[in-house]
Amino acid sequence: MTTEQTPGAPYLAQFAQVKAKLPGRRLSWLKDLRQGAIERFVSLGFPTLKIEEWKYTSLSPLTKTVFGPASQEANGRAEEGLRRFLLGEQPCHRLVFVNGRHRPDLSHVGSLPAGVTITSLAAMLEAEPELLEPHFGGEDQSDGQALVALNTAFMADGAVVKLAQGAALEAPVHLIFLATTQGGPAAHHPRNLILAEPGSSAAIFESYGGVGTESYWTNVVTQVKAGRNAAIRHYKLQCEGAEAFHIAITQADLESGSSYTSFVMSMGGRLSRNEIAARLNGTGVDCRLNGVYLARDRQHMDTSTRIEHAKPGGLSREVYKGVIDGEAHAVFHGKIVVCPDAQKTDAHQLNENLLLSERARIDTKPELEIHADDVKCSHGANAGELDSEALFYLRTRGLEEERARSLLIEAFVAEMIDGVETEAVRSNLRKFVSSWLPTVANGKGAA
Amino acid sequence: MLEIKNLHARVDGQQILQGIDISIKAGEVHAIMGPNGSGKSTLAFVLAGREGYEITQGEVLFEGRNLAEMKPEERAREGIFLAFQYPVEIPGVSGMNFLKSALNVTRKYRGLSELDAIEFLKLAREKLKLLGMDEKLIQRAVNVGFSGGEKKRSEVFQMAVLEPKLAVLDETDSGLDIDALKIVANGINTLRNPDRAMLIITHYQRLLNYVIPDKVHVLAEGRIVRSGGKELALELEDKGYAMLDSADANAAA
Repeated sequence: MTTEQTPGAPYLAQFAQVKAKLPGRRLSWLKDLRQGAIERFVSLGFPTLKIEEWKYTSLSPLTKTVFGPASQEANGRAEEGLRRFLLGEQPCHRLVFVNGRHRPDLSHVGSLPAGVTITSLAAMLEAEPELLEPHFGGEDQSDGQALVALNTAFMADGAVVKLAQGAALEAPVHLIFLATTQGGPAAHHPRNLILAEPGSSAAIFESYGGVGTESYWTNVVTQVKAGRNAAIRHYKLQCEGAEAFHIAITQADLESGSSYTSFVMSMGGRLSRNEIAARLNGTGVDCRLNGVYLARDRQHMDTSTRIEHAKPGGLSREVYKGVIDGEAHAVFHGKIVVCPDAQKTDAHQLNENLLLSERARIDTKPELEIHADDVKCSHGANAGELDSEALFYLRTRGLEEERARSLLIEAFVAEMIDGVETEAVRSNLRKFVSSWLPTVANGKGAA
Repeated sequence: MLEIKNLHARVDGQQILQGIDISIKAGEVHAIMGPNGSGKSTLAFVLAGREGYEITQGEVLFEGRNLAEMKPEERAREGIFLAFQYPVEIPGVSGMNFLKSALNVTRKYRGLSELDAIEFLKLAREKLKLLGMDEKLIQRAVNVGFSGGEKKRSEVFQMAVLEPKLAVLDETDSGLDIDALKIVANGINTLRNPDRAMLIITHYQRLLNYVIPDKVHVLAEGRIVRSGGKELALELEDKGYAMLDSADANAAA
């Protein structure tokens, strides 16, 4: 009896074709890991609306297309596409990935303090694979586990940032992922590892973008491991091409006394999902997940976070703000789990949305799951329109309606952007917000 | 400069203004007084072009142009300024940048060069000094964290910067203590000039002790029931709005 081919099946066939060419192919542990992962993906299949965490995000536009391996042919589009993502004059350590592969010619890593390694996954698999082995193949409970498995099977490159005990990295690490492929839909499966040993600190900024109007799929997994008292600031800008799919899963494992501050700004892509799972595995962890999503036209943008307080005395703060225009559909799903052992947990979550058109839609779903009794947990969610009184006030001072709207939209997200600690990242994000606004408001910013 | 002719206006389906005639020339200061609910603020919003404030009959001409055909921002650029009774707080929008943008769009509209940040700051400081006001007014987000009095002062300051041809002041005196009232009144007097007209809307006569109007109109139930010179304000102060009832009674008799 034949059955209809499942959407995952073509990837099994693709895997058979490319597995011998993937980096680390001589490593038996990795071969086994990849084989297990593709089997797991095929058996799980793409997430469907039946899964609670995917209730509002249908992947059917993604599963209808079969995304092939990304071509590594240089086409000269990267240099141009890169420009707007660069941080300008401020010093940073930059790794650029084009169509999923590291491009040393576009990258620049400055002099690093002792104990800091910034390199590509492919290079690390060649040079010191034994350092990577312990970080793969752990139990995965993420909501997007099928896609993590697919990433594991196909991962070809990505960034590895390793901070030895006590190492403090001043300049931010900027990871830029650019898609420039032409001629058929291609998938990239970047895999990033941020390994912060006890007492180390760094700021990491991931930027994702595309050149042109082709459809492609970025399926990225980023693992963060923050040891005791490590401090990681983790920023991300998702500004993929208009026809792109972007699925990102970030898993942060946070040990005692560590702090993890995440800020994600999503504005690109046709369909995107940013999933963060933070596990507060030790006591006294400080975890902050903040972000902004800007959606318009027919974009679908999903933000899905899960904060798991496993041990006592943890603090988590989460604020996501969304601006939704046109016929766009945004989803916010924020889950906080407080385990029985996690007494004295202090968790707060807030999701605010600005709906700019009648057909704009937000599904917001806060979810608290509390198994400890001595905790402080709260959440809030709201959605509203632009303040008509403020709009009128601005117009009576001579500002055109569109300009007044831009000012108010910018003001709505400005406090979030202002909270980004790393100056170079903050000004870069501001620039992208301005570029999104209906009219670029004159005389704003620090001038 | 401003011709209000037989103005009828409706808000949320309710007829509020029922035939108002006022004519203001350049250089004149008119006061409109009236009890709560007489339609004073409605008139102010109709002049500024607020959505939902619908002219059902009559017209308003500003320098010969029909206001009904102009958007709020066009009216502002043409030189109409409304000082709000309740200035709106706008978190996240810098007061200084907002006012600079407002000034520059107006200057551009009038064919003048735009000011850069330094030129604007210089101008703003001059105006603050002229009005005897604090620099705090431009250091925060628009009206955020201002006391009631500061909000009113900020409106007068904005007027000083934007230099309108016609200023409509909607209860700019309400909620002020005597010192704040004097500062606001002084500001208004400073801005009085032969090319500028002012329409002062107020419930109380108090402000008119400091800003002497050329004409006073009394508004009740959407109509001007009496017009006169500055002495009319004093008479109202003396007798209260109750005198209107007897006036009505007399008129009806």
